[in-house]
Amino acid sequence: MKRILVALAAVALVAGCASTPDTQEPAAVEDRAPGAVKPGPATEPIKPQVIPSAPITDPSKDPRLKDPASPLSKRSVYFDFDSDAIKPEFVPLVEAHAAFLRQYPNAKMLIQGNADERGSREYNLGLGQRRADALKSRLVLLGAKEAQIESVSLGEEKPVCTDPTEECYAKNRRGDMLYAGEF
Amino acid sequence: MNRTLRAALACLLVVAAGASQAQLTIEITGGGGNQIPIAIAPFQGESQLQSRISDVVEADLARSGRFRTLYTGPQNLNEASTIDLAQWRARNADALVVGGVYPASGGRYDVRFRLYDVPKQQTLGGLAFTITPQQSRATAHRIADFIYEKLTGDKGVFSTRIAYVVKAGPRFQLQIADADGANAQTAITSNEPIISPTWAPDGNRLAYVSFESKKPVVYVHDLATGQRQAVANFRGSNSAPAWAPDGRRLAVVLSRDGGSQLFVMGADGSDARRLTTSSAIDTEPHFSPDGQWIYFTSDRGGAPQIYRIAAGGGPVQRVTFDGGYSATPRVSPDGRTLAFIQRAGGRFQVAVMDLASRQVQTLTDGPRDESPSFAPNGKMILYATEVGGRGVLAATSSDGRVRQRLSIPAADVREPAWGPAPAN
Repeated sequence: MKRILVALAAVALVAGCASTPDTQEPAAVEDRAPGAVKPGPATEPIKPQVIPSAPITDPSKDPRLKDPASPLSKRSVYFDFDSDAIKPEFVPLVEAHAAFLRQYPNAKMLIQGNADERGSREYNLGLGQRRADALKSRLVLLGAKEAQIESVSLGEEKPVCTDPTEECYAKNRRGDMLYAGEF
Repeated sequence: MNRTLRAALACLLVVAAGASQAQLTIEITGGGGNQIPIAIAPFQGESQLQSRISDVVEADLARSGRFRTLYTGPQNLNEASTIDLAQWRARNADALVVGGVYPASGGRYDVRFRLYDVPKQQTLGGLAFTITPQQSRATAHRIADFIYEKLTGDKGVFSTRIAYVVKAGPRFQLQIADADGANAQTAITSNEPIISPTWAPDGNRLAYVSFESKKPVVYVHDLATGQRQAVANFRGSNSAPAWAPDGRRLAVVLSRDGGSQLFVMGADGSDARRLTTSSAIDTEPHFSPDGQWIYFTSDRGGAPQIYRIAAGGGPVQRVTFDGGYSATPRVSPDGRTLAFIQRAGGRFQVAVMDLASRQVQTLTDGPRDESPSFAPNGKMILYATEVGGRGVLAATSSDGRVRQRLSIPAADVREPAWGPAPAN
């Protein structure tokens, strides 16, 4: 009995988590759901569309997040020394995540900015924040909701590479775009 | 969800009060001029105690760089002995310390000593303590404080404590030790980084930044009770805590409005009020000892330099101009000197600026010196450095002449903060 109650509560919790953001965003500006038909000229024949059986509402279940062929499977954007400019090669990646956040208004993202180890730890925290903020601004510019994204900094504290080489520093000058459950 | 996560994270944190096995060891390099030659005779009966008082006093005074300790050989002297000062004069001692340890009731001991000015052939006084055997080191530090103040005119700092972060493998520990590295205790252990510990003026609390919730959050930690409180946990990053001299307010850096900006709030986290308004990184706030100014690092001029703003807000004044990188401002307890980190030729070094003349002097060699912290008497600066790819703590006299290193084998030591003078 107790176990059933717990299970029920867990189901309610999951349902609650998934549904709450939907009710907060009742008025979608654009309808991009598959199956939407734009009114065309009367002479044009209407293409029959197939509505998918069960649309995915839980963003973490979207297979593209783990599909190596999808840009959505990538999380990291690398920056030049002392820079928060998003380099052209990372723009498609940022655009893909912006589209994902638009598609799932209930998706939440944590952006962790990082810096290389040279200099003051707190100033490096500021540099990482600037990178995380730059990514967040770009995502919002591309249609993600501000409330979906928290930008924070890990400064130089969580290096992925610890050798004192330029190659290593470049790997640590990084912003990671993480979805709930990934951090 | 949030609550569950927090509970899970709390499980990862072990609040320990026990002494740590990892002991800081100290190595002194260099030597100052004008060192006072001092003879510290073995205290009569001191072998009854775990720590020989005369050894601890001698090590304290030598570490300060302001004394040269003379070998006395075996002596049979105490504070009541009649001293042949001419004999000590012949051994080139300017000062002599004699004392004794005597069993008292209830397993306690009486410790008494006397300090002599040898050239003037007179006593400079002494003190008497009744102690438990566990208090022998603390008592020795108080004796060293007395001698240091009598002979140099400056307050001793041998009874103070330091805080620092040890990284051993994947674990981070915030530790507290005596100023000589002894009695290291762990205040908190975490699997995520801890940075920027800073002592409240009362010496009972520390503020620091912990990444245990996958982002920087500022905590205030009561050392006696082990209780801690997240005082700045806003959306975004929360970092760089600095205590106001009254101990009631904290300056912090928040990114909640975008960017990294200075805020002032109650030490309990109440009433956060924005202090700077720039599109730059404003960080590392530090109050002047009179509480009037907040010094900070900002890259509003293109590269990080040091600025200051009135603690209540107002126009920002630039303080450092030299070099392409100046950071981590720390004002000396007398308010006259600013210690900071300066990059010169690719090396990060501790420098000091005389705030009246704006003259800058480099004190250390780098290449990776960080986090300078003044002793409460302003005579030493503790900082983090790197030796052989490993983090160690170092201290330099504020004129740069004497240096010492404190290291823990097989661990990275970093983020030192020298605690305030104990209230008497």
